[in-house]
Parts: sequence; C-alpha cells; structure tokens
Amino acid sequence: MNFDFSDEQKQMRDEARKFLAEKCPPKAVREVLDGKAPYDKALWQGLAGMGFLGVAIPEAFGGAGAGHLELCVIAEEMGRANAPVPFSSTVYLAAEALLLAGSDAQKQKWLPKIASGEAIGTLALFEGKGNPSPRAIKLQASGGTLNGVKKPVPDGAIADFAVVAARTGSTGRDSDISLFLVDLKAGGVEAKSLTNVDPTRGQAELTFKNAKAEPLGAAGDGWSILTQVLDRAAVLLAFEQVGGSDRALEMGRDYALDRIAFGRPIGSFQAVKHILADMYVSATLARSNCYYGAWALSTNASELPEAAAAARISATQAFQHCSKNNIQVHGGMGFTWEFDCHMYYRRANTTALTLGSLSYWEDQLIDRMRKKNAA
Amino acid sequence: MNFDDTPQEAAFRAEAKAWISANAPKQYEEELRKSSLGRTVLKGANILEVAKAWQKKKADAGWACLHWPKEYGGRGSSPIERVIWQQEEGPFGKLSGMFIIGHGMCGPTMMAFAGEEQKRKYLPPLASGEKVWCQLFSEPAGGSDVAGLRTRAEKKGDDWIINGQKIWTSGAHYSDYGILLTRTDPNVAKHKGLTMFFLDMKSPGVEVQPIKQASGQSDFNEVYFTDVKIPDSQRLGAVNDGWNVSLTTLMNERMSIGAGVSTGFPELFDFCNSLMLEDGPAIEDRSVRSRLANYAVKASGLRYTSMRAISALSKGERPGPENSIGKLVAGSMVQEVAMYALDLQGAAGVLSGPEDAEVAGKFQAMLLRAPGTRVEGGTDEIMRNIIAERVLGLPGDIRVDKDVPFNKIPTKGRA
Repeated sequence: MNFDFSDEQKQMRDEARKFLAEKCPPKAVREVLDGKAPYDKALWQGLAGMGFLGVAIPEAFGGAGAGHLELCVIAEEMGRANAPVPFSSTVYLAAEALLLAGSDAQKQKWLPKIASGEAIGTLALFEGKGNPSPRAIKLQASGGTLNGVKKPVPDGAIADFAVVAARTGSTGRDSDISLFLVDLKAGGVEAKSLTNVDPTRGQAELTFKNAKAEPLGAAGDGWSILTQVLDRAAVLLAFEQVGGSDRALEMGRDYALDRIAFGRPIGSFQAVKHILADMYVSATLARSNCYYGAWALSTNASELPEAAAAARISATQAFQHCSKNNIQVHGGMGFTWEFDCHMYYRRANTTALTLGSLSYWEDQLIDRMRKKNAA
Repeated sequence: MNFDDTPQEAAFRAEAKAWISANAPKQYEEELRKSSLGRTVLKGANILEVAKAWQKKKADAGWACLHWPKEYGGRGSSPIERVIWQQEEGPFGKLSGMFIIGHGMCGPTMMAFAGEEQKRKYLPPLASGEKVWCQLFSEPAGGSDVAGLRTRAEKKGDDWIINGQKIWTSGAHYSDYGILLTRTDPNVAKHKGLTMFFLDMKSPGVEVQPIKQASGQSDFNEVYFTDVKIPDSQRLGAVNDGWNVSLTTLMNERMSIGAGVSTGFPELFDFCNSLMLEDGPAIEDRSVRSRLANYAVKASGLRYTSMRAISALSKGERPGPENSIGKLVAGSMVQEVAMYALDLQGAAGVLSGPEDAEVAGKFQAMLLRAPGTRVEGGTDEIMRNIIAERVLGLPGDIRVDKDVPFNKIPTKGRA
C-alpha cells in the first residue's frame, strides 16, 4: 500500500508552495479584496508559465499531461495561498467538462488556451437559490441559442467562455437537460458582477439573449455529465479547502505561541490548546478523506461518487471549523480587517457553497452509500 | 497512490490467509463478527478457553506476536506484516483482546529490561497465551497523573516488600503475571522515585477485586498488595528509574495502530437503513441523512488516516503522536452514535433487554460502555494535550508539582 503522494508529486507541491509564497503573499490577495482588480492577472500568467493551469490537460491539447494527482497537489497550495484567481472555475469545472464531454474540435479550441492562461472558463449552473437539480434549470435552449439568466456564476464577469446547463426537453426527466459551450465575448451575453461574501473570488449574473451556443456532449446527457463534473470538482476543491484549513491552523498556532497574556503564551492554556487540537483533528480527517478522493479521481474508480461526496463534506467542515476558530484564537485582533484571518473565513464560507451546499452533498453521500449497500 | 501490496507483502498476506482459513475456529466467526466494543460473548463456550486455544495454535505454527523476535516466541516480522495479519485475522482477532496488554505492553517492557534468562523463561508462554499478563500502573489517586502513584516498595535484604493499591487493572482476575510500578523514594520529585517490577499474581498478599462498571460488566479490577514479597531479581530497570521504564511501556501502545478503532457508524448505518419511522423509512428522513453523513465522513476519515499511517509503516517510518487522533475521535463518536440510535427508537430506546430492544440492545450496550472508552488509555483531554504539545508544538501544561518532593505534594483539593 502506498496511500500517499509520490516523491515527485510532493516535490511539485513544494515548488507550487514556494512559487505562491513569492507571487501570492497576503498583500497580493488584498489588492483583489480591496476591489483594485477583479483577479490577479500577473499571478494567473505566472501559474500558466509554471504549467500549473494545464497540469491535468493532455499534452495533445497543450497541457503538461501530468494527471489528476498532480492537480490535487496544486489545488491544495492554491487554497493555502488563498489565491485570488479563477483557478477552480476554469480548471476544475470548465476544463473537466471539456475533457469529459468535449468534441476533439472543442478541446482543441479551448484547452490549449486554458493551459496557456489565455482563456478563463466557468460553469453556469445555478439560477438563484437552491442546490444542483435538473428541475431548477429553466434557461431555455432552442435552435442553437440560449435564453435565460444564470446566477451566481463563479468568475462569470471575467470568463471568456462558459459551460452552460440548459433545458432542452419537457418530459420531467433528467434527460431534459443538455450542456452547451458559449463564447461569452461573442455577443448575446450580458455579465454583471455581484457583490459577494468573498470578493477575492468573483460572482456574476449572466443574462443570455439569443446567445449562440454549441452542444457539449450529446443532447439529453447534460445532467449525467454535470454530475461527473461536480464530483471531480468536489475532490479538487476539497484539496483547496484542506490547504486553507492547514493554513488557518498554522496561523492560529503561530499566534498562540507569540501572544502573551496573564504572563504566558496563550498557547500554554489548555482551553486554547484544545481549540487548536480540534482544528488539527478536523483538518486531518478531511485530508485523509481527500486522499481517498484523489485516488478515486486519478484511477476513475467506481467509488469516485461516494469518495467525492465524503471529501467535499469533510473538507467543507474542516475549513469552516479551522477558519472560524483561527479568528477565535486571535481574539479581537482576529476580527480586524488588518489581520488575514477574515480572508480565510470568507473563502471557507463561499467555497462551502460553490458546488452545492453541505446539505446537498450530505444527501448525495447517503444516496450513494445506499446504492453501494444495495448492490 | 494505491492500495496494492508489494510482492513481498502479497506473498505474506497469501500465506497468512491460507493458514487462517485452514485453522481459525470458524464456528465462532459469526458471533465474533457481530460483537462490538469489548463485549465479546460466545454462546455455550468459555471465551478465555477459546481465546487461549486460538493463541496456542497460532504460536505453534509461528503466527503469534509477529513482531517479537523468534527466540521469545514471536516471528520477527516487520510492523507492516503485523498490520496485514490483523487485516486477515479479521473477527478472530477479537479473541486476542485479553492478550493485548501482555503482548502490547508487558512483553516489550520485559524485552527491554529483563535479563536474558528471564526473557527466555517468561516471554514464550506469554506469546502463546498460556500465561496472561496485566499492567499495574493506575491508582485511585492517579488516573491520568500516573506518576502520582502511592504504592510503596521497600527493600528488605534481597527482596522488596510491596504495600498499596492499584485500580483499573484490566484482566487482573485472570492474569498470571503483572508489571508493577511502585514508589521507592517519596523524598524526591514524583517522577524520580519510582521503580518497576514484575511479579507473580498468585504471590501471597495479592488480592484482586473485580470492579462492577457502569455497563454492568467487570473487565477491570482493584488490586491490593499487603506485604507482598518480590525478589530484587524481578526488578525492571534501575532503582528509581521506573518512570523511564514505564515510558517504554506506554510508547509501545502506539504501535498497535492498524487494528482499526470502533466508531459505531457501520452499525448505525445498517440500523437506519432498516428502521421505519412514523413518516416512512428513517434513511429517507432529511435530518437522519444529515446526521448519518456527518458520522460517515468521520468514520471514513479515521479509516483513511489509519491507511496513511500504515503506508508510513510500510516505508519503515515509526508511528508518531498524531495517531492519538483515532482514540480521540472514535471515543466520543461511539457515545454520540449510541445516543442518537436510542433517540431514533423514541420511548422504547430505554429498553435494553435482547428480546425487547431494537437490534438486541446493541446500542444500549454501546451507550453504557462508551464513557469508559473515552477515559481508558488517556482521556479525550489528555489526547488533545498530546496533539497540541507533541504534534503542534504548543507549550506543555505548567506542572506545579514537578520539582516538589513527592511527600510534600498536597493531596486534598480546595487548597
């Protein structure tokens, strides 16, 4: 058994960590947080230069062709650095949808641009409140055009193209849903930025008015493709969440060692130690669930749906737990704009919702466990 | 990243599997599989005899105490082979319950501190289960504070005379030998005046009284010592160096990873899968699903954490303090799971008789046993301290009695 990343993969993690420590310090994240830019363009180009954007994209489509374990390693570092770039929407959602369902021509058109940092992609799924569900999709497709409104769309205001879930039937079945590829710069789509809890990751409303669209995958397969894309993205985003959890734990630990109160470091008080120990526990359980997800993702195992849901739930809980208790350990300073704690707290609570909420994934996990049990 | 054995590991697994399949007491397999949380009962059989017979069979074929050297009754296996054996032994491994303390802690301590002749005399019958050992550390005054113990050992000629009392001693009522931590100098700081011995539990002056636990079972005992004589040749380590000797014992506890900790989740999932509530199947209920999912990811998180530890073992790394997480998480989870399973049974959740209670009262038994799980081998709070101090590097607790002579340490509260 080797239930761990290889030495080469760990080396890649170290490289990514070093690169991000230099190019993405908290100061850079704050530029985006303060609204001075919609995302960190220099960092995005730097990531492309390092080969990180196309790490799981085959060489035939301009990528590094390394694989998904390597992408998991990079994802963890993106989360640790709280990177203010459209990595998850472009790489986990748009690229994965193309890899799963795109025609050769579609892959040829977009994947090299993703790998080189020229194109930002996203997935336009939600239409207001609620969780992923075929019934919630009202946006209409007919005659190669789309009409309707999607929101919130992650990074929708800066994206060059979107994978869009649309209604193509009225039977009431999952097969009413199909996926489309839309060039957002080609006209017919209006993008409006929306204010959100974490300004370092943009959210938008996209209004489609007779927007030209080409089918992605077969008509009626949309929901089944989407489910697979969401599962794959869930594992990858879970690694970001674990990276964020670890960083929040480190910040809390370091502060507890430095800050003196009542004549001793606050980290010597059992109450504070136990908060930090519990953060370690949740981050560790999440990491282990993520490793299983990474194994399932990289081998395309039949366990992937269950593993993805478990990784997603565990990592969401861990990041929320660690980021809120990091603030608690920091006391009043943790609640200031000046300290970085709130950036992780914001990120934890937005990533918790971007692929469907915790309750959605809880539901998915139990469904999948029941199916396995029945089989 | 993979779950595959190396060719060597695969060969070992195949050999173990074949031997277990040909030799295990299969008539008890189902009962053992169903038993949970230290409540192993075999109908119409004396479990001690069944366990001893299985252990002897393993020893005769060279499958006992795998990681021990061959000359002391073991096999000289690597830690990863020990884990593979545990995986293959499956429910039959539960029969080793009464040997855990002897094999996991007493044996390694003897190996490190007893004389060569003693090792060859005492270790093989311990490995083969013919002799059972216990560990006499805890006392009424010192639970987590092991070094606070008061049992005295006084030198008289070539012997030591022991007086005092131990408590929470697992299996003392059927043990043949024990390792014993005593105080030999009360005039120095508490860690500095301790000495370790091993003794025959049938020695005159040793009295064992089983403790009836909250669960109604009696796995633990109080042990009283009245002028018990131990020859100096049965001392382990130097006089007043007993604390260091006991650390060796306790560190060996950590090596027992991989056996898998019980969380109660598989039992709860099966229960919810079959339970009908007023509004339909429990598993269709929104709140039930949410609770189940939360327990599911804790249970799987623990499972994969232990696989990560096994991978590290397989690469030759030693298990570290991070493995305290298993007991910490599983301990309180079992308790929560039991409470939730009773809650789902509504008013009838109070019933615990095997005829009247759901799933033969399994969760009621779990509920009553769970408080012990959270305490034995270190409380939740001690486990959190271990993680905070040894994994995260936070300062140790301030110990006001550290440099005070033992006989000057206050013994009453509300000072």
